[in-house]
Amino acid sequence: MGNLSLIIKREYLARIKNKAFIIMTFLSPLLVVGMIFLVAYLSSVNNDEKKIIALHDVQELINKELPNTNQLAFVDFSNLPLDQAIMRADKENLYGLLYVPALEDAAISNPNIEFFAKEAPSSFLVSDLEQKISRIITDTNLANAGIDKTQMQQAQTKVNLQIEDFDGQSTSKLAGYVKMVFGGAAGYLLMMFIIIYGNMVMRSVIEEKTNRIVEIIISSVKPFQLMLGKITGTSLAGLTQFLIWLILGGFLLLISSSLIAPNEPGIASAATPVNSDEMALLFQNIMALPLFKISLSFFIYFIGGYFLYSAIYAAIGAAVDSETDTQQFMFPIIIPLMLGIYVGFFTVIENPHGTVATLFSHIPLTSPIVMLMRIPFGVAWWEVLISLSILFASVFFVIMMAAKIYRIGILMYGKKPTYKELLKWLKN
Amino acid sequence: MNLLEIKGLTKKYGDKLALDCFSFKVPKNSVFGLLGPNGAGKTTLIRILNQITQPDSGEIYLDDRPLKPKDVELIGYLPEERGLYKSMKVVEQIIYLAQLKGMSKKDAKKRMLYWFDRLNIKGWGNKKIEELSKGMAQKIQFIVTVIHNPPLLILDEPFSGFDPVNANLIKNEILTLKEEGATIILSTHRMENVEELCDNIALIHKSKKVLDGPVKTIKNNYRTQTYEVGFQSERAEEITRQLSNNFTVQPAYFKNITAQAKLHVKLNDHQSTSSLLQFLIDTEVEITHFSELVPSINDIFIKTVEQHG
Repeated sequence: MGNLSLIIKREYLARIKNKAFIIMTFLSPLLVVGMIFLVAYLSSVNNDEKKIIALHDVQELINKELPNTNQLAFVDFSNLPLDQAIMRADKENLYGLLYVPALEDAAISNPNIEFFAKEAPSSFLVSDLEQKISRIITDTNLANAGIDKTQMQQAQTKVNLQIEDFDGQSTSKLAGYVKMVFGGAAGYLLMMFIIIYGNMVMRSVIEEKTNRIVEIIISSVKPFQLMLGKITGTSLAGLTQFLIWLILGGFLLLISSSLIAPNEPGIASAATPVNSDEMALLFQNIMALPLFKISLSFFIYFIGGYFLYSAIYAAIGAAVDSETDTQQFMFPIIIPLMLGIYVGFFTVIENPHGTVATLFSHIPLTSPIVMLMRIPFGVAWWEVLISLSILFASVFFVIMMAAKIYRIGILMYGKKPTYKELLKWLKN
Repeated sequence: MNLLEIKGLTKKYGDKLALDCFSFKVPKNSVFGLLGPNGAGKTTLIRILNQITQPDSGEIYLDDRPLKPKDVELIGYLPEERGLYKSMKVVEQIIYLAQLKGMSKKDAKKRMLYWFDRLNIKGWGNKKIEELSKGMAQKIQFIVTVIHNPPLLILDEPFSGFDPVNANLIKNEILTLKEEGATIILSTHRMENVEELCDNIALIHKSKKVLDGPVKTIKNNYRTQTYEVGFQSERAEEITRQLSNNFTVQPAYFKNITAQAKLHVKLNDHQSTSSLLQFLIDTEVEITHFSELVPSINDIFIKTVEQHG
């Protein structure tokens, strides 16, 4: 077995045998799923409270038509003058008071209805009330004008544009959302992986340096081999974790959806219940995504992005003596990653093939994140190929540069080097 | 027959000269002491031998052929700053490091068990280094250094961190390894170990070699023809005076229970040891102590370094 593969093996085993790694790997998917359930549960509890609303409607314009529901109940205060009604609603701790003023004209076009409440009412409630009231008034207006409601409904059509791109692939607004979520999640996940595993590489370099074992190792192998082996071994651990998460996550999602879906389809989004038709459409849209292409590109961009950044992380680890000294060198890592995420979230969603999004999906420090966000929207293969070529050329270049710093840094103790000194090491 | 030969080795760090045209030879199957004050350039030299650092110029021959990258497998290196993976098990660690030196897993295991036995370590294999005492970890470190049976051992302060019992154990191991055919470069500040173990030494000072050769020759060169003399006599003062008329005499301090007078007597040119002895016998004093004052390596070290400022 060559020395490089020995090092890779050791680094891989050292990572995955670590207790924190094992706990993180198996607990995180449970935590994430648990969190989703918790949020869903809490928001459903939050909505359970029944709100009682006083109604002041002298003309009985709407009060007969407002049905009481699980969440809403109405009491009629119309027999009191308005100011007294408000006082009473306040005293009885009602949620609010809906005031419909007396209207002169039979045909109401723009009624001045008011809602009084102690605290600002929730926007859900307001829009719910608005919808209900406008429907009642519209019906009244129609009846007053002598128009038959059912005829009216029959005459209405609903237009739903079937959006297709020039290649004939159909898209839709929902599909747009789905792509956004998938691309965004992939980009975000990639950033998290780069930060978590890059840090692991850095800590491991610092550990070897402060342990002084590095001198023994590099009396047997070249520093470059050690660095490359460390980065590779750690990346394999990262991929192992990703794979386990993929399997566990898929499994948990399957179980949870089969448990929840039939009884309470809306639990995951209690505020806006999704009916089963929309659910099916959602699945249809997810399945329509180039899932294989997304996974494959995640894999390739992960490798590229990870190697690019962890080489920098390794160089930083070699340059310092302890983790507390790393702060000042973190900028060159965190800034482009953040830039990738923000550019991704703001420009790709706006216009996935716009100039900025295209540019940043070719700059190697941001391309893994931005390109991953763009891919669900359909990116030409040659464009991906160019971006990947730039990325991997940069990976090669950065690893060479990092190796120079690493080689010198691991044998330097004491003073933390400045950027100027690092530059001198690079020229060496 | 030299195992290692170094010619004109020079290394600069920036403007600072770490090694200045350094040359020496290490005879096969001997212990070679590498001495020098802190910061003299010993670590740089050792790192160059281990091919951790590249020299700016100079040649290194191992077994009469130029040193190759692959030769790291022929060297066992014990750095001054010890280090092992703290959270790795002893057995896994030893085998891993042995494999990096080119051993097969099977051979590494066999040799490891052999060394466990030799250093009296049992039942430690599945512990992590962080669970071991310092002395224990040092033993593991020693095994890591020698496990691949290297013909050349480079030991930097091998006795630091050992209690006297274990230090003695390691000292005997070094001598045994030499008997078994190994050549050992020993870098240490403990001069008593140099006296006991080394056949040859080189002294580095301010990145230059200031002294080298066989320990015996060097000591011989530093002989001053001075003798420690102790005797009992009622006329001690008078005899001391008589002595100083013929020789160079200084009061001395050495361990002797019975001597009334303790002196350092230096022979003048053309005087022999016998003439001093004869003189003493003629005075009819009772001689209780007579020995040549042989310079210790410690003295030579200090003297040489002071000479070279």
